[in-house]
Amino acid sequence: MSNSGRIWKLGDNIDTDVLAPGRYMKFGIEEIASHCLEALLPDFASTVQPGDVIVAGRNFGAGSSREQAPQALKHLGVAAVLAPSFAGLFYRNALNLGLPVLVCEAAPTIADNLPCSVDFETGTVKAGGQTYRCEPIPGFLLAMLRDGGLLPHLEKKLAAERTLERKPA
Amino acid sequence: MRNSSSIPQTLAQKIVACAAGRESVAPGEIVTCKVDLAMFHDSSGPRRLQPMLERLGAKVWDANKVVLITDHYVPANDDDSRKIIRIARDWARDNQIKNFYDSVGICHVVLPQKGHLKPGMFAVGGDSHSPTGGAFGAYMFGIGATEMLGVVVTGEIWLKVPQTILMRWNGRLSAGVTAKDLMLFLCGKFGLDGGQYQAVEFAGEAIAALDMQERMTITNMSAELGAQTGLIAPDETTAAYLRQAGAQDFDIAAWQGDADAPLLATHEFDAATLSPQIAAPHSPANAAAVGDYNERIDIAYIGACTGAKLTDLRAAAQVLRGKKIAQGTELLVGPASKQDQDEAQADGTLQALVDAGAKILPTSCGACAGYGDYRFGENINVISSTARNFKGRMGAASSRVFLGSPYSVAAAAVQGRICDPRDLLGK
Repeated sequence: MSNSGRIWKLGDNIDTDVLAPGRYMKFGIEEIASHCLEALLPDFASTVQPGDVIVAGRNFGAGSSREQAPQALKHLGVAAVLAPSFAGLFYRNALNLGLPVLVCEAAPTIADNLPCSVDFETGTVKAGGQTYRCEPIPGFLLAMLRDGGLLPHLEKKLAAERTLERKPA
Repeated sequence: MRNSSSIPQTLAQKIVACAAGRESVAPGEIVTCKVDLAMFHDSSGPRRLQPMLERLGAKVWDANKVVLITDHYVPANDDDSRKIIRIARDWARDNQIKNFYDSVGICHVVLPQKGHLKPGMFAVGGDSHSPTGGAFGAYMFGIGATEMLGVVVTGEIWLKVPQTILMRWNGRLSAGVTAKDLMLFLCGKFGLDGGQYQAVEFAGEAIAALDMQERMTITNMSAELGAQTGLIAPDETTAAYLRQAGAQDFDIAAWQGDADAPLLATHEFDAATLSPQIAAPHSPANAAAVGDYNERIDIAYIGACTGAKLTDLRAAAQVLRGKKIAQGTELLVGPASKQDQDEAQADGTLQALVDAGAKILPTSCGACAGYGDYRFGENINVISSTARNFKGRMGAASSRVFLGSPYSVAAAAVQGRICDPRDLLGK
């Protein structure tokens, strides 16, 4: 479960309005994602590459419950977000949507633009010749993340239950 | 030794323990809770849930525990918005959702007005301001649409049992100072992550003296403090509201925290010394006393679940009665619910606002969410009674939104500048 890409650095308290601007919320994820972070980084959505990693400051994802915020990052191919802390609602949403979010105390010390690889299974990040350890994602959430998020996870679970029901006792 | 049933617990722990089917729970442990009520709106609700329900071939676990309220895309003024509202209406009908409130106000305000909240409930909302329900001694928190799908299908949700941060406000708030000022002050002091995604409980003489709608402002803005929920233990004020709202079989005495329950932190404040607070662009955490500001104001906005309930409208009217708004300044008022608007109409509050020059907008989330027509233009200076002033949220990225109480917004509308509303009261 490893990727490689470059780092995009962001500051503290990046909010959901800047990740998924309200005026585009009536549209589908493609349109919302094309405006992701535009108030801060106008070129982000058009230049971010699949496998890139966001390295941010404290309380990433502050604000709304709109899950289009992590979904937009996922849609653009962002492989993971590292931050010393996340807004609780965003953290839950990100994992539910299958976007790896890793609590990384050292995130603010990591430089912009570096090539970077992230293994969310082990919480290991390699960037600029350094290795950083993140807090591990709790086991039951990791299982959900491996399935790609809550929806595919539930789908798998319900399918397994239905198979069991069909089998004669 | 205490036996397990007498382990001292906070109010938050008691509600979570009950929902988890346990005698007690310890902060930090992960539990699965049964959900008593799931509330969502047109934006987070059916339009997101229905495709996922279809994919799973699943149904709503208990239609009686679901409350659907349209507030974000109403009134629907374009085809995309009309489609979203149509999906909500069809979904309510197809799923026999009898608790469906269509275009009668903002979900967090309508929910208790219709008698759906009770102390001790474990509830989730598809909106970040869902901690508003904590004013009634319910454990209520916001979740995203996919997580709501999980609740709607299973009736359950996982939770890391929170610790509790106690904010004790001694003394009384002075005239012209509100719950909104109190919360902006706390955002300024502790920051947008001061709540650490734990439970924040508000107590003390100043909190006990607040009416239910002011208490709702407190727990509502626990979201801005980064708490999972905000709580106020229920009392006789709560009971009186609940009786009027038609809530049945509620218990006040059972839903109190134990005095000796361990807390993450206790903070004590003197309410009497608090001044009106204003948060500068672009964060509620940029709060400071009103005396530090003198900015020119183009638009004064009284709106949203945070700042346009009946109590908020009355506060604004107290400032505006017999006055006119400044030339070149616009005053927009979007009452938080139809019921609040009707009551404001009946007692002359609304007329006082209109006479001063206010334009009355529909009862919906309006400009606060920034989803619809009411968006602020380039380089506009706004003062707003809402909860969030993040860059670009309510309009152009170059618009500058200041947050204040309804008193402060009304006063700024009169003066055309940010000013201390206490100077205008009773004059």
